[in-house]
Amino acid sequence: MIISIASGKGGTGKTTVAANLAASLDQPVTVLDCDVEEPNLHLFLHPEILTRENVIAPVPRIDLEKCTLCKRCMEICRFNAIAVAGKTVVTFPELCHSCGGCTAICPENAVTEVERILGTVETGSVGLPDMTFAQGLLDVGQVMVPPVIRKVKTHRADPGAITLIDAPPGTSCPVIAAMKDTDFVLLVTEPTPFGLNDLKLAVETVRLLGIPHGLVINRAGMGDNGVHTYAKEENLPILMEIPFDRKIATAYSKGELIISSQPAYKEKFQTLFQDICHLADQQRCAQ
Amino acid sequence: MKIAITSTGRDLSAEVDPRFGRAAYILVVDTDTLDFDVIDNAENKNSFKGAGIQAGAAVSDKGATVLLTGFCGPNAFKTLDAAQIKVVNDVSGTVLSAVNRFKQGEYEFSAAPNTEGHW
Repeated sequence: MIISIASGKGGTGKTTVAANLAASLDQPVTVLDCDVEEPNLHLFLHPEILTRENVIAPVPRIDLEKCTLCKRCMEICRFNAIAVAGKTVVTFPELCHSCGGCTAICPENAVTEVERILGTVETGSVGLPDMTFAQGLLDVGQVMVPPVIRKVKTHRADPGAITLIDAPPGTSCPVIAAMKDTDFVLLVTEPTPFGLNDLKLAVETVRLLGIPHGLVINRAGMGDNGVHTYAKEENLPILMEIPFDRKIATAYSKGELIISSQPAYKEKFQTLFQDICHLADQQRCAQ
Repeated sequence: MKIAITSTGRDLSAEVDPRFGRAAYILVVDTDTLDFDVIDNAENKNSFKGAGIQAGAAVSDKGATVLLTGFCGPNAFKTLDAAQIKVVNDVSGTVLSAVNRFKQGEYEFSAAPNTEGHW
């Protein structure tokens, strides 16, 4: 069972939900922070990092002695990462998506692949029994996010066990990379016009991927009724509402879990998990 | 010599297009005869990324050795530099007036890109 926690809008409470849900479960869980541009789950779970490895992408290097300036590499590249310029060839590693097309098409074998480091993936243990942790971190100046996310996801638990994925915000390639091949997407939103606007985009994305999903409304009580109305119209199950509560905000600001200061929430998060399992089965069967 | 000028239109009376990679057209003008070739940059104008790189390669293919434009980003500059094409940034007015000012030696070549890359 893999649950991804996504949102559309940033700052709605994905990480809060991921951390508290993980810490509430009475069974082994693997938690993956896939928001590799700004991972922050570690601030709440305080893992001890035990392993660290680079995420590497192959990029082309042109041997100008073999190159005949035929431009086939330039023409096959959808991302304009290679240009034949006068009597030379320029490459732009930061634009390269590492598809290998240029290497394969070169009739002179003038293209070889060299390694470029995109970021790192760290794994560690959390001071809670049965919880394992991994996170990705994109290097400064890099923009190729999905390969880092895919590498983090290789640390998922075995299919029988539970994996929680803290996804990045938005609806573009990084989020798709995080949500893809998960069994359920938990969409965390806030009851504001901004939250609603981006929730709609996120729902469209999840529907396109055909993944069972449900809502958590965070900071319930602020804003307006727009999210509730939308959820009703679209038949989106609201699985949990976390109130707009100063005590929760205070705990968050100290890097503490809600369930530490308000243990009653542990049961609520356990119920959330059971509802997710139920819905995942139900929605999958309905498809 | 042949020089390339980014242009909003297909002839010498058009205004210089301030953008390089996403210019509407690029005119490649022979400074002696004022004969010119038109590069229609429409496809490139809407490319997701790397417009300046493609435009740089196209200008090089046409045999230009100088580019007059408004703004040139880092990837475009790198491509033009590799193709040994000199760049003049911050050019405005009509294409013809830019060609004349170039011929009179009023421009200085740029040593670096003058705008950020687009992500």
